[in-house]
This record gives sequence, C-alpha cells and structure tokens, in this order.
Amino acid sequence: MIQVRALSKLYGKKSVVEDVTVDIQPRKITSFIGPNGAGKSTLLSMVSRLLDSDTGEVLIDKSDVKKMKSNEFAKKVSILKQSNYMNVRLTIRELVSFGRFPYSKGRLTEEDERIVDQSLEYMHLTEMQNSFLDELSGGQRQRAFIAMVIAQDTEYILLDEPLNNLDMKHSVQIMKILRRLVDELGKTVVIVLHDINFASVYSDRIVAMKDGKVVKDGPTEEIIESSALKEIYDMDIPIQKMDGCRICVYFSS
Amino acid sequence: MRNSVKLTILALIAAGACAIYLFHDLNGSYGYALPKRTIKVLGMVLTGVTIAYATVVFQTITHNKILTPSIMGLDSLYMLLQTLIIFFLGSGHMIIVNKQVNFLLSVVVMIVFALLLYKFLFKKGSQPIYFLLLVGIIVGTFFSSISTFFQVLIDPNEFQIVQDKMFASFNNINSDLVWLAIALVSLVMIYAWRFLKYLDVLSLGRDTAINLGVPYDSIVKKMLVIVAIFISISTGLVGPITFFGLIVANLSYQFFKTYKHTTLITGAILMSVIALVGGQWVVERVFTFSTTLSVIINFIGGVYFIYLLLKERKAA
Repeated sequence: MIQVRALSKLYGKKSVVEDVTVDIQPRKITSFIGPNGAGKSTLLSMVSRLLDSDTGEVLIDKSDVKKMKSNEFAKKVSILKQSNYMNVRLTIRELVSFGRFPYSKGRLTEEDERIVDQSLEYMHLTEMQNSFLDELSGGQRQRAFIAMVIAQDTEYILLDEPLNNLDMKHSVQIMKILRRLVDELGKTVVIVLHDINFASVYSDRIVAMKDGKVVKDGPTEEIIESSALKEIYDMDIPIQKMDGCRICVYFSS
Repeated sequence: MRNSVKLTILALIAAGACAIYLFHDLNGSYGYALPKRTIKVLGMVLTGVTIAYATVVFQTITHNKILTPSIMGLDSLYMLLQTLIIFFLGSGHMIIVNKQVNFLLSVVVMIVFALLLYKFLFKKGSQPIYFLLLVGIIVGTFFSSISTFFQVLIDPNEFQIVQDKMFASFNNINSDLVWLAIALVSLVMIYAWRFLKYLDVLSLGRDTAINLGVPYDSIVKKMLVIVAIFISISTGLVGPITFFGLIVANLSYQFFKTYKHTTLITGAILMSVIALVGGQWVVERVFTFSTTLSVIINFIGGVYFIYLLLKERKAA
C-alpha cells in the first residue's frame, strides 16, 4: 500500500500541495481528479521521487520512500510522465528493454528478453517492435512507453495524464489496458486524469484535489455524484446513468 | 555495417595514423626522433581520449548535442591564470618555464574552481543543470574579459608568450607530463567505469532515468567532476582545445546511430586520435609547420558547427 502522510510542497511561498494525507489501496485503479493547478501531478511526482517534498513522508509497503535505494524503488514503483521528449533515436524494442534496467543494468538475460517479448505482446506492439519511436503516432508512442513500464514489472504503476493528446479510440484502448493490468496481473495503478468520465467508468477509487488539498477520497460511486462534484469543480454537474456507467454531463452546465 | 565492424575499422585507421606518424621519414633515428615522436603521439592520444570522453558525457547529461564542456568556463580560467602569471611574475618565472609546475598548478586551479562552483550551486538541493551552465557562461565571460584587460596592458614581448598559450599545441609536450597525465586519466577512467552503464539511461531524460532507478543527482554530480578533471588535464597539457570535442562527438553520433555509450565514446576517442595524429602529421609534413593543428581544427570545427546548427534548426 502507498501511504501519503502530511505531504507538502512549496514553490517559493506558494504551496502547491498542502498537508495531503491519503492511502492508495492495492490492486485497484485510483484516479486523481481536480481542476488545473490542484497539485495532482506534483503529488504524483513526489510519490515517485521525481520531486523532493518539503515536509511529510511517503510510505511504500511501510518503508519511507526517501530512505529506499534508487534501484530497489525502481523495482517496486514506476512512473510515466506526460511528456517524454528524448534526445536519442530508439526503436520500440530498445525502449521497452530499458524497462529491465533496474534488474539487468543494461545486460539483458534470457529472462529479460522473455519479459520484453511479453510486454510488447501485451501492448500489441510485437509487429512494429523495430520501428523508431519518432516514426510513430501519439497513441503508438504512448503504448510503447506503457510497454516499458510493464517490462519494469513493478507492483505500483503511476501515470500522469496518459490520455493527453490522444483521440477517443486510443484513450479507450489505454484505459482498457490499465484495467487489465489491475484485473489480470494484480497491479496497483494510480492515474491523473482530466476527463472525469474516464475516471468514472474505469476507476475503483477516486481522489479529488483542489488548491493543493484532498477534498474527496472514496469509491467511485461516492465521488461521481452531483453534490460531491459541486464541491470539487464549483459546477452543477448532472449525472446520467447509462449501461451501468455514471456519465457526467458537464458540457452545458 | 555492424557497429563492431565500424569500430574495428576506426581502430585500424587510428593505429595506422600513429604508425605513419611514428615511422615515416624516420631515417633510422631510433634513439632521437622515435622517443620524441612517441611522447607526442601519447600526448595526442591522451588529449583525444579526455576530450572525446568529456564531451560525450557532458552532452548526455545536459541533453544537448551542440554544447561543449568549455561552457563551464574552464578554458577561460586557464587563460586568465596564464595571463596573470605572465603579467605579474614575468614570462621568465619558474611557473611559466617549468612545464611540470605550470601543468600541476593549472590543473589544480581548474579542478578546485569546478568543485567550488558545483558545491556552491548544488548546496540547495538539486538545481536544474541549465542553471549551472548559465553561471558557467557568465563566469567564463568574466574571466575572458579580465584576461583581455591584462593582455592589453602587458609588454608586447610578453604578450607573445601569452598568445602561444591561447592555441593548443602539440609541439612542446613534455615527456614527464605525459606519464603523469596518463596516470591521472587512467585512475579516473577506472573510477568512472562503473557509471558507464547509467549514461545510456540518462540519455532518456531525467524523469525516465529516475524511474528506472538511476540515482540521478549523484550520478550527474560525479560525471560533472569527471568532465572537469578531464578538461583540466587536456587543457593543462596542450592548451584550450575543447571545441574539438564537439566535432568528434557529433561525428560519432552520426556514424554509429546508437544510444550505447560504450560504442559512442570509443568511437569518438578513435576519431579524435585519427584527427589529431593524422592532422599533426599533415601539419608537420605537408604544411611544414607553417600553421598549427588547432587553427585547422577551429576552422573545420567552425564550419561543422554551423552545419549542425542549421541541421538542428531544420529538425526542430
């Protein structure tokens, strides 16, 4: 379990994350939602050690993140950020092989190759594994990066707005894959989302943030609800139930 | 062509260049000319190794393929140091005449400066590396301005000595220095060996590198120290020549088209050896010393740099 305890981050005098305490349940998809600038990405960056926190602590399976060895941490938690600009030209397979770095330090064993093959298969990338990343569409690239994270084989997978710049088809594709990762492989997925309907349809739990604080935290049904959403977004959002999904109709409110 | 084949071919050409330099027109002067040439070749190989290594590593940690480590201001510091010594103590002073003393002093001053700069900048947790580069540019410009100020005031005859120091030269490499430098570089290389595997991951960017378990801040700091040591050694040995690194590093990227640093660095080192030893041979035999190698390098390097800028602009 990931436990965030009284975590804060200041940029100058402005606090972006303020005294956040939240538990991430294992083997579930937890979505972070909230308006722009609510501190969702910052929180995720601190949990994954991309950013130092100012006060508070993050515990992963009861051990303090700051005290863990970089390499051990990389076998437990992986993070995928929004932008993945790279200075080098890599093929999909080379990128996915990097996911094995925490285990093999660049010298792939047969076991590593097998896991890379599986990850490519899982993301339906086997046929184009030798294409270069800069020749791919946004959706294919995103899938390649997710394949790398799968090859990294961590218990916890954190994704910062993985649906950014993707069309509907690819967004649905990625969300279904994340669902499978949880249901079939028993991973714990934490994801920052902008589209609350994706959060509503695919996640088990939702954490809503606003002005650096957690305002709501609970199972999806409790959060996707007009009064709760009013508190988060300051908007009156009607909810429609369709085929068992709760859809927020926020376009005209 | 496989990269290992390319590396082998480069290694053969490099060995050939060294052999030609050593044995062409030797006229049986095994006792006099051969040892002298050997020292020169060793000096050039050492310069090639340090410059190529430092530049490739520096470009990887800064994620920028048109930067050279000279941006940190070490070359300017070297020139300032030499100018100040000649201005205040005169060109006949032991520190200028005695090559060993001059070398050790320059290297120590440059390394101490780099360490102080890093210490100061990294005091408050992790600063973005571009902050370091900006401070480097400012400090470097400051050093150059002070040097120019003293060079204007200096006695014209003394200025000749200063001018000699401005251009890299392989014509007066001292044999004791070469052995000392080889020992230093080998020690650092052995230390740096275990970090080589991290470089491949570093080129994926900071976030991905941390995600894959690279202790990013500590590796970057160690690499910067190694770069500073290598640049200091090569500058102390032959003078300012960091621009050369830009050429060989980029040629190596283009030639090998890989992300593997063992290949990239080895390739860049072999290319530097070919360019330096081959170039020096041409300077000595074809131009009969009417020009220096660093002038040729700066000319070719400048043209190549403009080409790179135009290419990067098109790619962006």
